[in-house]
Amino acid sequence: MDSRRGSRFVIDPKIRQVGFVPAGCESENPNASSAVAAIANVDVNPTSDSPSPVMIPPRLADPLPRAAPLPVPSPPPRKHTSVEIPLQGSYNPTDSVLGTSPPFSPASNGRYAGVPSSEGPDLSPSFVSRASSAMEGMSLREDHLGSPSASRFATVGEYAMFKQQQPQQPATAVTKVYASSLPQEPVQSFAPVGKEDSSKPLKERTTKAERRAKQEADREAKRIAKESAGAKVVEGEARASSNVVGKASRAQSQKKDSASEKRLSAVEKASEKEKKKEIPAPRMQFDDQSRVAKAKKRALIEQTETKHRVELFRHLPQFVYGAQLPSLEAKFFHDDAMHPHPAVYQVGLQYLTGDITGGNARCIAMLSAFKELIKDYCTPRERTLIRDLTARVNNNVSFLTTCRPLCISMGNAIRFLKTRIAKLQLTLSESDAKSLIIAEIDRFMQEKINYADNEITKLAVTKIKDGDVILTYGSSCVVETIILHAFSLGKKFRVVIVDSRPKLEGKGLLRRLLGRGISCTYSHINAVTYIIQEVNKVFLGASSILSNGTVYSRVGSASVAMVANAFHVPVMICCETYKFHERVQLDSICFNELGDPDALVKIPGRKGLSELEGWSQSSHLKLLNLMYDVMPADYVSMIITELGMVPPTSVPVILREYRKDPIL
Amino acid sequence: MVAPTLDAQAAVNDFIYKLKRRQVEGSLVTARLTAVLLRQVISQQRLASSAPAATLIETVKSVGLRIIAANPIELTVGNVVRRVLHIIREEEASLELKSLADVNNTILSDDEESEDASSFSAAVVAAANRNVLRAPSLHNLLESLPSSVTATCNASSGGESECKSKSGEKNSKVWRLKHSVIEGINELLQEIDSYHAQVAEQALQHIHHNEVIMTCGRSHAVLQFLLEAKKKRTFEVFVAEGAPRYQGQTLAKELADANLQTTLIADAAVFALISRVNMVVVGAHAVMADGGVMVPVGLHMIALAARRHTIPFVVLAGLHKLCPQYPQNPYIFMNDMKSPSDIIDFSDISDCLDGGIGSPSLQTVNPTFDFVPPDLVSLLITDIGGHTPSYVYRIVAEYYSAEDFVLR
Repeated sequence: MDSRRGSRFVIDPKIRQVGFVPAGCESENPNASSAVAAIANVDVNPTSDSPSPVMIPPRLADPLPRAAPLPVPSPPPRKHTSVEIPLQGSYNPTDSVLGTSPPFSPASNGRYAGVPSSEGPDLSPSFVSRASSAMEGMSLREDHLGSPSASRFATVGEYAMFKQQQPQQPATAVTKVYASSLPQEPVQSFAPVGKEDSSKPLKERTTKAERRAKQEADREAKRIAKESAGAKVVEGEARASSNVVGKASRAQSQKKDSASEKRLSAVEKASEKEKKKEIPAPRMQFDDQSRVAKAKKRALIEQTETKHRVELFRHLPQFVYGAQLPSLEAKFFHDDAMHPHPAVYQVGLQYLTGDITGGNARCIAMLSAFKELIKDYCTPRERTLIRDLTARVNNNVSFLTTCRPLCISMGNAIRFLKTRIAKLQLTLSESDAKSLIIAEIDRFMQEKINYADNEITKLAVTKIKDGDVILTYGSSCVVETIILHAFSLGKKFRVVIVDSRPKLEGKGLLRRLLGRGISCTYSHINAVTYIIQEVNKVFLGASSILSNGTVYSRVGSASVAMVANAFHVPVMICCETYKFHERVQLDSICFNELGDPDALVKIPGRKGLSELEGWSQSSHLKLLNLMYDVMPADYVSMIITELGMVPPTSVPVILREYRKDPIL
Repeated sequence: MVAPTLDAQAAVNDFIYKLKRRQVEGSLVTARLTAVLLRQVISQQRLASSAPAATLIETVKSVGLRIIAANPIELTVGNVVRRVLHIIREEEASLELKSLADVNNTILSDDEESEDASSFSAAVVAAANRNVLRAPSLHNLLESLPSSVTATCNASSGGESECKSKSGEKNSKVWRLKHSVIEGINELLQEIDSYHAQVAEQALQHIHHNEVIMTCGRSHAVLQFLLEAKKKRTFEVFVAEGAPRYQGQTLAKELADANLQTTLIADAAVFALISRVNMVVVGAHAVMADGGVMVPVGLHMIALAARRHTIPFVVLAGLHKLCPQYPQNPYIFMNDMKSPSDIIDFSDISDCLDGGIGSPSLQTVNPTFDFVPPDLVSLLITDIGGHTPSYVYRIVAEYYSAEDFVLR
């Protein structure tokens, strides 16, 4: 333990920072050692729990790990010197501006403030663990947070009230917001006072045995759900009951505890449901009969599945193209609860007809539609905005999914939106909440798509030199802006556009480039081995980049990258980080999208060739129109993101470091 | 230079036009037509009694050079010309051997045995034998010089002896040469025709139950190969369309009609699906002497993908596709550029091209062939069996005369 402790202490600068920064007050100094112990503790845990960290719903706020240590709005310390307060308060503005660390701050405050110094050694461990687990992922954090008993939650509210009664405290307002607005996390962390008092130090001693720690963590994990659910309720009560703080919070909270426990089961169910809802189910396996049947019942649109399905792709949905529309129209005005918002409906139809294609365009269209939806939204009676809006968004998302399976970037955007909604403060009025969400969506579109594209363009243009021959495949909007920008800078280069059936997206790009006066070479994908010999750079877009570095992109990109790699031509992938995804994938079969097989039948401009007319009559002939493929990481020389130019091996790093960013 | 007869001349010109206009395409058809044409030329050619074989070779060469020049990309033309030349040389040698044997016999019967004569004739027979059998090996190559010397001297002696014999005999000899050459060409034609069947016969050795085969475009050999295997085995086929000709669609339809489980995929999806494929089977346009193959465009990409997943890349090729040349920048010198209208309709982009800013230019690239280097080819299946690419040079040496590798 000792040796490990030492090493961790050195290796993890962030964690060390976590341990020390809040300990700015001298009185907390003894915590340092216990903090270290906790670090070890934390490091053990990741292995022990979280069977699927990825699937943990993003409902909980993603905190900035950096922010975690910052002691934020301080509730008035009961037994403390007031010296501390301004110090802590000084961090507040940044925090509140960033909106980053709210979940933790009250917690830490609570601890520092509420817990007498005798409990000191106790505090920092959980404190540290919280912070570090935040870095590990939300599930972990929950685990650690779970430890406090629900009974203590009420006190936070009380603190808030207390603060309000003490106007001389500078940080009051901020604190109040935190305490009241963040229903779940802040409260949980406050707890460790009572029983934990004895158990915690014990636990620390036992962490020497890793198993023990694991057990503990598991137990805690089980409790999370209960407590996080209970938190809301209890907190609400806490606010309602404007008790004097002078009263022993313990006794009171125990009362609350019993009251809340009754409700717990119901709430728990609700939260479970919510959780389930939030777990994205893009991976529904369509060869699972029972699930497909269930999904059909729920589905808004009746879709007839094609009879001629390729055996290898039975797990992916394939519907008769165009069959959705009539049933959709029939249902549109009937089922009021289910039907999508008109803007969403419009976007869905545009997906269906293929008017909007490309990851960014689809994502922006979807977010704009959701903006409309939120603008027009009004909370039904006896419902909360958070719950109801989430459900509404879910409905609309499922509608979009039936129109065309979501791409990964859209999934990320939806996840972001839902997180924002879930994090809304209960105190906000409906109009405020709506405008807040809309502002968030705008910010997302600006920061994650527009600015990111600008940044990528700036970076990528530096890679284009005079005399270059640049090859691109299909039509990627980022690559297009790069080419246009490089051209406007007066660089002399040639563009080769490689295209493939059946989408022939490159033709659109060709037209746009020609329209801007850029000379191009155009060819089809089979000729890529010929044309690659005169090319010296390949720029490709991506639908998504997965955490093992593979690039999930328009079908054919992998072939182009492979050929480029074989001819020693560097392949550069231009992709915004919001398209990154934690999933890993090895081949293009497990997860993909099937297009309309009939698109393969017609060859534009070749009337003589109609061999396949009536192909569906033959039971032995199948047509496969795959939409995406997976490019192994070793074909990729470089990924150009708005955060810089990185090798594909750095994708998981970006995912880990930047996903905690509040915007996602 | 010996000119062919008028009739033959007309036929040659006709064939040249067809080749130039690309009205004759596909290696099998071209090979057949070339052989038939050469047969006609040879049969109509009047031969002088002295050195008839040389005349014949001259004629075939002159015709051959012209039809090769008509479509230098269609390498089978050159191959068939070389094969015919090889046949003529072989027949000449065997005839000489026969006549020598005759001469020998007469010498033996007429005169007393002189040691010189017998040893000389024995050497001649041996040399002629070597020529006929013509199994090129290092040993033969080393001995080629003395044998040719003896051959020439014995040819002159043969000529002397012929001078003595009657003119009718001469005529019969010329006739015999012509006849046997034409026989040889007929055999060649038969070989070309039966190539599909010969290759298909080997299908069962390579295709097993429940296999997944990928192919691209349409090749008659591949179709026959798969259909033959279908008789005994059940398996699945992925067919890539093969832009810009999209003959994969035809092949897919044909295979499905033969009750073979077929899936047509776009060319772009090849990489996505190749990981589930057990074998790639394609037809070749030409096989080069180093074992590399000229194939329809797009197959190099498939070969690379197959290599990535270590999937065997099997090429079906008839012997008439075997070229004695080594590829020298095959992408440029052995390729053909097709019409841009195959890949893009001018009307689609015409509005962008005229009167726009800066008058941009548009190039379209529509090559016909890919060259797959030998290291990407796992197996070559010809009508005489399966070979590795590294063995091709040896087959080349067997079927062509070294003198004809470069036609002049």
